Amino acid sequence: MAREKFEHDLHRLQDEILALGAMAESAVAESVRTLKQQDFPRARALIEGDRLINEKRYAIENEALTLIATQQPMAGDLRTLAAILEIATELERMADYAKGIANVVLMIGTEKLIKPLVDLPRMADKACDMLHRALEAFLTQDVEAARAIHKEDAAVDALYEQIYRELITHIMADPKAIDQATRLTWVAHNLERVADRVGNICERIVFSITGRGEELDDPVAY
Amino acid sequence: MGKIAVRDLTFSYGTRVALQDVSIDVQEKQITALIGPSGCGKSTFLRCLNRMNDTIPGAHAKGSVRMDGMDVYAPGTDVVELRKKVGMVFQRPNPFPQSIFDNVAFGPRVLGTHRGKSLQVEVEKSLRAADLWDEVKDSLHQDALALSLGQQQRLCIARVVAVAPEVILMDEPCSALDPIATLRVEELMRTLTERYTIVIVTHNMHQAARVSDWTGFFWLNGDRAGILAEFGATELIFTSPRDKRTEDYITGRFG
Repeated sequence: MAREKFEHDLHRLQDEILALGAMAESAVAESVRTLKQQDFPRARALIEGDRLINEKRYAIENEALTLIATQQPMAGDLRTLAAILEIATELERMADYAKGIANVVLMIGTEKLIKPLVDLPRMADKACDMLHRALEAFLTQDVEAARAIHKEDAAVDALYEQIYRELITHIMADPKAIDQATRLTWVAHNLERVADRVGNICERIVFSITGRGEELDDPVAY
Repeated sequence: MGKIAVRDLTFSYGTRVALQDVSIDVQEKQITALIGPSGCGKSTFLRCLNRMNDTIPGAHAKGSVRMDGMDVYAPGTDVVELRKKVGMVFQRPNPFPQSIFDNVAFGPRVLGTHRGKSLQVEVEKSLRAADLWDEVKDSLHQDALALSLGQQQRLCIARVVAVAPEVILMDEPCSALDPIATLRVEELMRTLTERYTIVIVTHNMHQAARVSDWTGFFWLNGDRAGILAEFGATELIFTSPRDKRTEDYITGRFG
């Protein structure tokens, strides 16, 4: 009933988080696609586009701080705004990982890929799917979903481990592959970090709903 | 158990129950804030602590209020003695139409508590404690009503302090004050907790959040009687209250 303007502003900020989330998700997915296709123009566009994501993150922070200063939110509202600030940072960092992957695309250049990329796209798909559903859980205030998504990080960690071992095997078989294989492990590492940050977002969601800061159990991968 | 232990306090005006089954422990030398909508019994509760409600016809208290173990409502309780220990500051500053000095000296003179000590020294001490001395030291014999509202309120606090109470009750002490004067009273409350226990009723939730250690949220039950819906550490009440009614109230969403 009361506080229509505040409610309206808060909902708009939640929508902005979803928009930033969509940008980060698309950057991560796109980065692995450009790698697979060795598409330099798109890689460059991705690196350039990171600026927009940074700007959006600052805009969200600014609006959240303005809302705190002008509306003095309390309790659940305050926690939601605190979560928005944290989530915006996490999303912006995820986009930085995507930018890092785009840089790897340029570093590898026209050199033929040492192997067809299968698991890296799978890792990216999984991380993006987790991110998508985590933001849905934020919007619907679904604490159980947030806890469950956090656990799925184990699957991404397992893929990371698998890719890492596979690339080591390539290096042992052919020392000329060291350069590219190392760079591909960076890509895998970045994707693993994306999923970790989804886990952080899940923890913030649980806190914003329950008011209890709980470190969700680290998922056991292997 | 705290400085004041209230157990199952029910307070009625005639047949109307204003407060129902309220239990609170007021902690010594800390600030306890009472918040809630108008008419939910906060002020009634505050006035039960020094029996300021006694004079209202038909007023009746059930349950117990104990201060340092002493039963406040026991038939033998000396109410004057009680109010000496439990002073009160009201919503509108209410200095006597006398000089600044006489206002502060009033209590010690009436109660004879300054015997053996210099009244001058006592007045200065109280004005210093109320953070007013520097502003009035050269005009002690001027009319108290010439002071600004914020200064008058601090004078009223000095007047309470001069009687050397243990507990100070404050009923909306800043509602007539501008933001700067409010801030000074809030700062003063913090320093007063070195010696005194404070209970404050405030409509300003943010004031409660700023100044208090403990917060009690009063609400109305189905019979329109005031109840204590939630009580807890201030930092928890304003970040993650347990009761949905508290959450709705402090986030500005009622019903």
